[in-house]
Amino acid sequence: MSDRISVAKTYKLYIGGAFPRSESGRSYPVTDSKGAFLANAAQGSRKDARDAVVAARKAFPGWSGATAYNRGQVLYRVAEVLEGRREQFITEVSAAEGVPLKKAQSTVDQAIDRWVWYAGWTDKIAAVLGSANPVAGPYFSFSTPEPTGVVAVLAPQQSSLLGLVSVVAPVVASGNTAVVVTSQDRPLPAITLSEVLATSDLPGGVVNLLTGRTAEIAPWLASHADVNALDLTGAPDSIRADLERSAAGTVKRVLRSRAAEDFTREPDMSRIRAYLETKTVWHPMGV
Amino acid sequence: MAAPTTLPSALADAVRDESSLRRFLHGLPGVDQVGVEQRAAGLGTRSIKKASKLWAIDTAISMVDLTTLEGADTPGKVRTLAAKARRPDPERPDAPRVAAVCVYPDMVKTAADELKGTGVNVASVATAFPSGRSTMDIKLADTKFAVEQGAAEVDMVIDRGAFLSGRYGLVFDEIVRVKEACGDAHLKVILETGELVTYDNVRRASWLALLAGGDFIKTSTGKVSPAATLPVTHVMLQAVRDWHTLTGERRGVKPAGGIRTTKDAIKYLVAVHEVAGAEWLNNHLFRFGASTLLNDLLMQRRTQTDGHYSGPDYVTVD
Repeated sequence: MSDRISVAKTYKLYIGGAFPRSESGRSYPVTDSKGAFLANAAQGSRKDARDAVVAARKAFPGWSGATAYNRGQVLYRVAEVLEGRREQFITEVSAAEGVPLKKAQSTVDQAIDRWVWYAGWTDKIAAVLGSANPVAGPYFSFSTPEPTGVVAVLAPQQSSLLGLVSVVAPVVASGNTAVVVTSQDRPLPAITLSEVLATSDLPGGVVNLLTGRTAEIAPWLASHADVNALDLTGAPDSIRADLERSAAGTVKRVLRSRAAEDFTREPDMSRIRAYLETKTVWHPMGV
Repeated sequence: MAAPTTLPSALADAVRDESSLRRFLHGLPGVDQVGVEQRAAGLGTRSIKKASKLWAIDTAISMVDLTTLEGADTPGKVRTLAAKARRPDPERPDAPRVAAVCVYPDMVKTAADELKGTGVNVASVATAFPSGRSTMDIKLADTKFAVEQGAAEVDMVIDRGAFLSGRYGLVFDEIVRVKEACGDAHLKVILETGELVTYDNVRRASWLALLAGGDFIKTSTGKVSPAATLPVTHVMLQAVRDWHTLTGERRGVKPAGGIRTTKDAIKYLVAVHEVAGAEWLNNHLFRFGASTLLNDLLMQRRTQTDGHYSGPDYVTVD
């Protein structure tokens, strides 16, 4: 019996529900924690980031306009497909993060649970963060949380799946759309997540995943006038201040979470709240 | 049939009567479909960067015929459009003005009042736009009304039914008489290439319109899909170039409909330069019929001047 020749993979980006090559034509080798070759990943450029923002903007009205209940169902469906790919994720997380399979297994389980946790929040956000305000007059006054828009997410560099899920799910749960720059050296679980998203009911463009050099792509997203919020979780320390400065140019919401965040602890609402705006409206009674 | 201008003998013969016109149009060489599509696609891959890109964007802005042809047009909307034509990017006064504002005849006066003295022309569609299905008298009255109201340019539609059934003389006469009715106004002849089906027909219709005296040949009304495409524009650019070779006179081309991005617009400019020649790269000889294209051109212009990507929040909603 002859040895089978292994199928070497060259992955692509995930933009607008499709898998295009990088506009730049570049790719880079991805290795496991010990330096052995795993696959080639596309090295996204600023123009890929631009295309991803256009796709995210296009998807925003549909996704934010969908009922919270519908968004919850779609996200729960994503969790189901995640569960189906469990073995693949365990292998990839183990290779990427250099942890034993058993540890990887609990990380993957936790990531899936995290996704379900955020899926459950979609139709509860308005009840928890919104309010019917007491007013001294013949009026109703309501405050309702609304999604900010297109959110650029720099995913954590270390935690390749659990960290990624923990930063992406809260963005889309409330109706935002996301442009995600994945972990630079550990992108494979993110690429598999994009395959999961493409085969679940999530509309194209709601989540866009770019692999490549974070320091190369991030400044273009930070200065982009059509991006409404920026998550700095995976930003290299050397450019963090610059990113905040250019994000201020178009008054983006910036989430200044630190790279050392522990994603295994119980999540809370802070990441959902970070990408919401509160709209307060007054209604005359009886009209 | 009467020739509108003095033509070289070969072309003068062509317009002597209907049968010689038919002989001339059917004697035109056939279009190599694969060839023209491949060449159009090939030129579309050309990369334009930095200073050239900024020049191309500014040139494209100056070539835009800012168009609103909706049943729901109001004087308010036309005035808004005119304001945008005067100053496309109010925060950056160095952005060039567009070439013209294109409206229905009853809106011409509103637009003309707004644009007096700005150098931006008012164009009007006429002749029972977009179908062209009406009597000659009505089409002429439509044209005269638009010109009286202050239109400096008239976009007429040809009778595609007559063209497709081979009554070339009828189409020819119609263009000649509308041209007369235009007086000093420029005449753009809409071929509605989406309904002509073949490239050979596009070439014949282009020559027919040029022979009859159209100052511009325009691809489409924007109401029929497919509207302007690169290969069709190639065929039309070849016609105006050949017309120039034969007569020494330069006529214009206007693709309209379906051109929405700066990338598309630049592809057209490359085609103009390569097929017709650099002399055509100005708004006297090349126009874009568009409405949403202008916003994308302005966003891309800001990207070039500001050094970061812009967004639709920073241009007008229309």
